[in-house]
Amino acid sequence: MVRTYDAGNYDCIVVGAGHAGCEAALASARMGVKTLVLSINLDSIAMMPCNPSIGGTGKGHLVKEIDALGGEMGLNIDRSFLQSKMLNSSKGPAVHSLRAQADKNKYHTEMKRVMENTEHLHVKQAEVSQIVIEDGKLKGVITQTGSYYKSNVIVLATGTYLGSTIFIGDALIQSGPNGLAASYDLVKDLKKHDIELRRFKTGTPARIDGRTLNYDEMEIQWGDKAYELFSFMNDHVELDEMPCWLTYTNQETHDVILNNLDRSGLFTGTIEGTGPRYCPSIETKLLRFTDKPRHQLFIEPEGRDTNEMYVQGMSTSMSEDVQLAFMRTIPGLRNCEIMRPAYAIEYDCINPLDLSLSLEFKEIEGLFSAGQFNGTSGYEEAAAQGLIAGINAALKVKGQSPFILDRSEAYIGVLIDDLVTKGTDEPYRMMTSRSEYRLLLRQDNADLRLTQKGYDIGLVKDSRYSKFTRKLQMIEEELMRVSKVTLKATDLNPIFEAMGIPVVTQGFKIIDLLKRPEIFYKHLESIDVNRPSDLTIDVIKQVEVSLKYEGYIKKQLQQVEKFKSLEEKKLPEGIDYSSIDGLRLEARQKLDAIKPTSIGQASRISGVSPADISVLLVYIEQFRRRGN
Amino acid sequence: MLVDTIVAISTPIGEGAIGIIRMSGPEAFHIIDQIFVSPTHTPLKNRVLTYGHIIEDHQVIDEVMVVKMHAPSTYTCEDVVEINCHGGIIPLREILSRIQRKGARMAERGEFTQRAFLNGRIDLTQAESVMDLISAKTKKGFDIALNQLEGHLSKRVKQARMDMMALMAFIEVGIDYPEEDIEDISYEEISDRLSQVEVFLSGLLENAENGRILREGLKTAIVGKPNVGKSSLMNALLKDARAIVTEIAGTTRDLIEEFMNIGGIPIKLVDTAGIRDTEDVVEKIGVERSKIAFNEADLIIFMLNAAEALSEEDLLIMDLVKDKHAIVIVNKTDLEQKIDYSKIEMLLHDKRIIRTSIERDTGISDVEKAISEMVLTQQVGVSENEIISNSRHIHLLEAALKNVKDAKKATQTRLPYDFIEVDIKDAILNLGKITGESVESDLLNSIFSNFCLGK
Repeated sequence: MVRTYDAGNYDCIVVGAGHAGCEAALASARMGVKTLVLSINLDSIAMMPCNPSIGGTGKGHLVKEIDALGGEMGLNIDRSFLQSKMLNSSKGPAVHSLRAQADKNKYHTEMKRVMENTEHLHVKQAEVSQIVIEDGKLKGVITQTGSYYKSNVIVLATGTYLGSTIFIGDALIQSGPNGLAASYDLVKDLKKHDIELRRFKTGTPARIDGRTLNYDEMEIQWGDKAYELFSFMNDHVELDEMPCWLTYTNQETHDVILNNLDRSGLFTGTIEGTGPRYCPSIETKLLRFTDKPRHQLFIEPEGRDTNEMYVQGMSTSMSEDVQLAFMRTIPGLRNCEIMRPAYAIEYDCINPLDLSLSLEFKEIEGLFSAGQFNGTSGYEEAAAQGLIAGINAALKVKGQSPFILDRSEAYIGVLIDDLVTKGTDEPYRMMTSRSEYRLLLRQDNADLRLTQKGYDIGLVKDSRYSKFTRKLQMIEEELMRVSKVTLKATDLNPIFEAMGIPVVTQGFKIIDLLKRPEIFYKHLESIDVNRPSDLTIDVIKQVEVSLKYEGYIKKQLQQVEKFKSLEEKKLPEGIDYSSIDGLRLEARQKLDAIKPTSIGQASRISGVSPADISVLLVYIEQFRRRGN
Repeated sequence: MLVDTIVAISTPIGEGAIGIIRMSGPEAFHIIDQIFVSPTHTPLKNRVLTYGHIIEDHQVIDEVMVVKMHAPSTYTCEDVVEINCHGGIIPLREILSRIQRKGARMAERGEFTQRAFLNGRIDLTQAESVMDLISAKTKKGFDIALNQLEGHLSKRVKQARMDMMALMAFIEVGIDYPEEDIEDISYEEISDRLSQVEVFLSGLLENAENGRILREGLKTAIVGKPNVGKSSLMNALLKDARAIVTEIAGTTRDLIEEFMNIGGIPIKLVDTAGIRDTEDVVEKIGVERSKIAFNEADLIIFMLNAAEALSEEDLLIMDLVKDKHAIVIVNKTDLEQKIDYSKIEMLLHDKRIIRTSIERDTGISDVEKAISEMVLTQQVGVSENEIISNSRHIHLLEAALKNVKDAKKATQTRLPYDFIEVDIKDAILNLGKITGESVESDLLNSIFSNFCLGK
């Protein structure tokens, strides 16, 4: 038994400095709260143990939202990206999704630098082995070396380090991700506090030596020439772009894999954790989709100062020799050398149904949690939760009510509501199809949706806020201008003829022109002579989208109004659902376990029927009148 | 949930001379203005009963008296409209479905009272009874709708929903996995698939309009050994000669279904082939179907021949009938009596026994009376719920069809996929309300089982 010593008092302690921990610690400290962040290894701050990229469908939305609220992820990827692409650019504005390749080491060092230089934030290396709870009150954490850091508010962001096991073929290694130390003491301690733990699984493909690849056999993949950035604060960043490469598996590859299935950790029965459906290993893909003759692979650089290349699409738990054998059947990879083998990792995580919408444990006041520990997958999902947990930890310290985004306000709201209301049986990944108000929750308007809120809680600072208000004003002025200015038929017709649109006999207001699906700002540039010269792309986008898709947007706004009316019907705390006779048994049990805060949230719980909701409505009205 | 407009038949369904339909909510006045016309074009005034017609496509559906009552001085504290119409099931049903098509939703049991309570009008003790009402319904199984859908209709709605779900998975996989090696679905293909569903749904609705769904009445099966007079009874009840009647036993080889209205109660009458062992293949099929019809029936009319002694076959059927809601008819009382009445009374002691001679037209009105009495005393039938859920289904099918058409329009104007998807999702939602399925989990399952994705 290590002797403990008093290592000091903090207002908030964040355990873990991955993507969730970093956002949590920064948010808390930036809101003026004395915050300590503890990481098993300071060299793994903001480490990217899997793909070298940030963003993508749904995830890009999360990053933009984090940025709009005053988080760091967007700024940090803008400092460290190698190329960037707007996915879905041919589709509608709601599903445009930014994805940037990251220089992993740069991403880490930049984030570490920001953390180290943030006021109120203390960064220390230590492995937490105990959470101290005395008489039901949270007191602090004790590290493996005996330091007792005191605090009544703690954010757990332990990622995949808890009780983790790594599988490579039949090799089974007690280790955290990427060869880092895992944490086993904390698992025992959490169980002591009656926190239910579950076992999830994920995996990562091999990293190969860039010098051993034949690039002539692969297709080069550049990013967008006119690349967009993640942060609303950045208008331009200089970039020396690095390419990715595209290649495919073939029958030979598949034969090697299928002939060696007994060498896969997945099929030898050693792995018991639940893996995500959207990240199947290559062996799973081959078995499930037998008719697919080839699978695409992207070869992505891990950074500027390394030769390591990430093989996207090749996640596996095959043994190392088999990995090498099948990769060498692939064009471009025929002479490849593995630098780090692919592996599957199993880890402990909690059941997110134990959390409230503020990401605080329902049963342990002051204890928050975020990230992969909550049963999600992905850097962006982790960071989004970290930000919210950090904000709510700080608000707790300040004695203010929690900050909760609902499903109509942000993907972050969808993510957290899904987790704590519906739970998840596999590592949860954000997807745009999870949002019912997708047309409203766009990347391009994340700041319009959230920056005011970030400012109100003290996380958004003046520089960001003034940039935001200037944009708001410009949008308003431009909407006013286009609704007044008429363009003459004689000016319009040459443009229409060039576009193959029937000519007109009278002039049109710009606003009416922009409502037509085929006409954009760029088409009118030459004749719209009084257009303000400082009009930014951001402002143009807002005006175009709001006019062009007016009907659809209005429809979703009406749906949101209905949604809000149910969210605003709050369920009082401490309802004894088991005593409400009108509810069906299943509904009583579910409501008792999940303790929804509103009628709206209750209606999303599986097993709660519309009739149960009717009963609840009557119940809360009774409750209200009795209270009076 | 509290912002929509609800409607319900407020009077008991049966033989009342007058029926009242009540509507409450923000759209109530707007809806009545669209379907009600007074001959003198008098606008409806607050709390004044006004004479006029409910119309559809300039055709009069019923002659009615309508009153509108302004919020908050109404039962629910919302805008309320009450329509007094004729009491039969047909006018009530027609008006109800007309109102639903204009955007009102069928009220849940106790919902008017629930609104009254939530809007502060009634007290707590009254509210308790509302809770009881709702919970009684809850315990009965909150989705009666699906059970009441006839098997084949339910299957078809599910099929349409699955087709839409597959289409949505195609669109979503392109959106959420743009870089996977999966070709985007083309506008043409989306349009084709939508057209197929459009035709399909239109067909379903056309059937509904013809009454296939609406006329789902009390399922009544006529059983008895061959040549006992089943088809004759059916004809007598129908007063036409649709079923083939001959002297040869086993003429009715297939099921014959007819819809009729007995005392305001919709009845679906099924004439079955005799339930007996037969070597004739064609008839055998009929016999099998008879057994199914027998099992599905809400009410059995069991026929015996008074001119013959009870046969083994009769006893066999008696045994089947024993535990069902049934009326026993002893036919051919005009011939020499050979049947043992006391034995029938002993074996089927709790059943009503009626003697008839269809040949001579005696006892048929007793049969009609017995049927309607059994319904009105609620020994059999779920007719109220059936009518309600049926018109709710039609309303949902219509909404889904509109969604499909909107999606098609968006496809034709080449709007981005994420906009087309909005209407497709709504269609799936509306169809799902009929079949009782939700969107999200199904969608993800559909995506992950059909497409190969992953890092």
